[in-house]
Amino acid sequence: MSFYVVQFITGLASACSLFLVASGLSIIFGVTRIVNFAHGAFYMLGAYVAYTAIERLGPALGFWPAALLACVAVAAIGALVEMTLLRRIYDAPELFQLLATFGVTLAVEDLVLLIWGPNELLGPRAPGFKGAVPILGQLFPTYDLLLIGLAPVVLIALWLLFRRTHWGVLVRAATQDREMAAALGVNQKWLFTSVFALGVFLAALGGALALPREAASHDMDMSVILESLVVVVIGGLGSLPGAFLAAVLVAELNAFGILVLPGVSMALSFVVMALVLVVRPWGLLGKPEALSRPPTGAGATRWRPLDTRGRLAVVLALALVAALPLVGGPYALNVASELAIFALFAASLHFLVGGAGLVSFGHAAYFGLGAYGAALAVKTLGLGMAPAIGCGVLLALAGGIVFGWFCVRLTGVHSAMLTLAFSQVVWSVAFQWTDVTGGDNGIIGVWPAAWAASPQRFFWLCLAVCALAAGLLRVILFSPFGYALRALRDSEPRAATIGIARQPMQWAGFALAAAFAGLAGALYAFLKGSVFPDTLGIPLSIDGLVMVLVGGVDTISGGIVGAVLFRGLSIWTISHTDYSRLVDGALIVALVLMFPRGLIGTISARFKR
Amino acid sequence: MSNGLTVQNLSAYYGRARALFDVSLDVAPGEAVALIGRNGAGKSTTFRAILGLMKSRGGAVHFDGQDLARMPTHAIVRLGLGYVPEDRRIFSDLTVAENLSVGRRPARAGEAWTPERLYEIFPNLAELRHRAGARMSGGEQQMLSIARTLMGNPSMLLLDEPSEGLAPRIVEQMIEAIARMKREGLGMLVAEQNLAFARLVAERVYVIEKGAVRFSGTMAEFDAAPHVRDAYLAL
Repeated sequence: MSFYVVQFITGLASACSLFLVASGLSIIFGVTRIVNFAHGAFYMLGAYVAYTAIERLGPALGFWPAALLACVAVAAIGALVEMTLLRRIYDAPELFQLLATFGVTLAVEDLVLLIWGPNELLGPRAPGFKGAVPILGQLFPTYDLLLIGLAPVVLIALWLLFRRTHWGVLVRAATQDREMAAALGVNQKWLFTSVFALGVFLAALGGALALPREAASHDMDMSVILESLVVVVIGGLGSLPGAFLAAVLVAELNAFGILVLPGVSMALSFVVMALVLVVRPWGLLGKPEALSRPPTGAGATRWRPLDTRGRLAVVLALALVAALPLVGGPYALNVASELAIFALFAASLHFLVGGAGLVSFGHAAYFGLGAYGAALAVKTLGLGMAPAIGCGVLLALAGGIVFGWFCVRLTGVHSAMLTLAFSQVVWSVAFQWTDVTGGDNGIIGVWPAAWAASPQRFFWLCLAVCALAAGLLRVILFSPFGYALRALRDSEPRAATIGIARQPMQWAGFALAAAFAGLAGALYAFLKGSVFPDTLGIPLSIDGLVMVLVGGVDTISGGIVGAVLFRGLSIWTISHTDYSRLVDGALIVALVLMFPRGLIGTISARFKR
Repeated sequence: MSNGLTVQNLSAYYGRARALFDVSLDVAPGEAVALIGRNGAGKSTTFRAILGLMKSRGGAVHFDGQDLARMPTHAIVRLGLGYVPEDRRIFSDLTVAENLSVGRRPARAGEAWTPERLYEIFPNLAELRHRAGARMSGGEQQMLSIARTLMGNPSMLLLDEPSEGLAPRIVEQMIEAIARMKREGLGMLVAEQNLAFARLVAERVYVIEKGAVRFSGTMAEFDAAPHVRDAYLAL
């Protein structure tokens, strides 16, 4: 019994940092409507800067002032990011904002690595809270008790700030109707900056407070941002009491999940989030979203099928690419096969984002399901390459059908968060279910059939399959089903008045996109001869979105061009620099700022002028 | 540039669709002018373009000698050009008192508006001061919307269809309130479809149709030109 009490209290203590980060995320979303993916990065910065501040300034200032100073410094960095980056993209589609803040996250990860080095840093203990007290016969760290007491204090302080100060009233007004607030003379710029700085301060405080409990490491941001997103979505975007409640819930799920279901403990909170969203789409204490901007920014230009010249050009280009084995060696063919596979992956995501107007932050889940399906078919069923690829596609399709059913029930950011949650569920199953998936060691020895084993033959196979599949996706976009998807993307009410129901159509679109991603994933398994959990990780999902963005959401073939450019560039940067995340992150941010319509979109818009 | 509001050749676009065609009008300090036209004629768009709420606009807008062309909305409002939108846009999560405090700005001249002075003009609001905006009737919301804008101590008001959807008794209160504001020296441009209401509050009138000004003159001149009314305002 007392063991469970201890577990419960430990869970409460972890809930404190989680609540701080999640409340910051929630406040920022409430006013700016931006889901700040970089919030985990600010949490991490909080921990590292606090470590240095306590080490350098602690002796002179004392522990707590030094830690607080560190949080203020991180908040100032946050304000700077808001002024230089976010201010330019408040009106951009949600997709761009998430990508930009994800770019910041990548860059910060490498900067932390550069400044503080790769080793974990164990923070100093807080003076006065080094001991432990016995509770029900178990020793309990007093620092944990401090954290448990602190969370409600912060909640009440924030509540007072928003209810009792003029600034708080302005923030609540702007949360509800930005334009009207401006029309009453409220300067939103500084209001937004101050809100963002407050949110970042809370994240940094969460990081600094976590320091005496767990070491600072340069990958602590990812797990925190994912958990905070879960918390904020369960609690209701924009609701502080909701964030508090959900932080406790998620922290306890983590504390007890590891006892009850050790195999899938990581997936547990994501499953709970999915369930909550289906029952209460706006979270436990959230309110329905009044208006939502176009999530993807597609639909501004009219798409036309290729004319004869265009078709000829495509055939010619394919023929040229198919001649690559005449000049390229095995490495070039390997890279080219990979590019073809990612072109199909990006095309399937583009079908979803640009065609159906659904933002997916977990499209890699279906790529990975395809890869795992094919690999498992080879390894456990002993199937050959072609039927194994079929199995991969079926597994991805099944995943798309199951998860898609949930995802199309919601819209906008909420739906995107759900796709993220499901991909995390799939990832943690692949990571933790070692008996079947091999866990972190993956599945190796997945080689193509003899007839396709040589590099040039496998390249031709990839090229043919991917070109046909991408072509098919394009044909679908110009079929009645494709028109229905695009109509729903542009205006659900108008589509509804001519008898097009959103959910069944988008469900079918989602499943279809998943199946095509699965095809790409299955090919990828045979190209690499192995499958690892990172084929269904969030970074790959984001890469896919960057490819679509580079090409332009609003173009029909943007995904393909973007995939070749971006994947080619990442293959190059990984082999040429140690700080590929910094380069990638900076690149993503630059792209969002310079080419809001994507490279291809911007270029073709120039030509049309 | 003279004082008051001067609009020259204002144009505005929704995407590629042009919504305003060279709209020119002016309102002198302390003057009450009506902008009348049918639904969709461009009244609200004119207001939104003046206030910089339309991203794509052309032409020149000056207020008290200041060029508004490149100014953000909040800066325009702070010059003393208050805006009461058509759909009231009360912050429904905020109480009446909180809604008023969002609009608060220091007075440039004369006596500043305070919640207490506003409760005198709009007695209904006094009883509701701690009620959330969501739980108010349309008439009460309209009063609050005007009161909230007055908290910014404007010297001129852009009033977008203040009588729309209100019960006759409330419309009377509204006319009284507008008369009181005129006595306080406020200039105003009132967008209306309700001719009777416009006639009661304004001395001059612009008629707008399909995004362009079709007539301008005094109320007497407008009444002497029934063809204008038949062409642009009749159903």
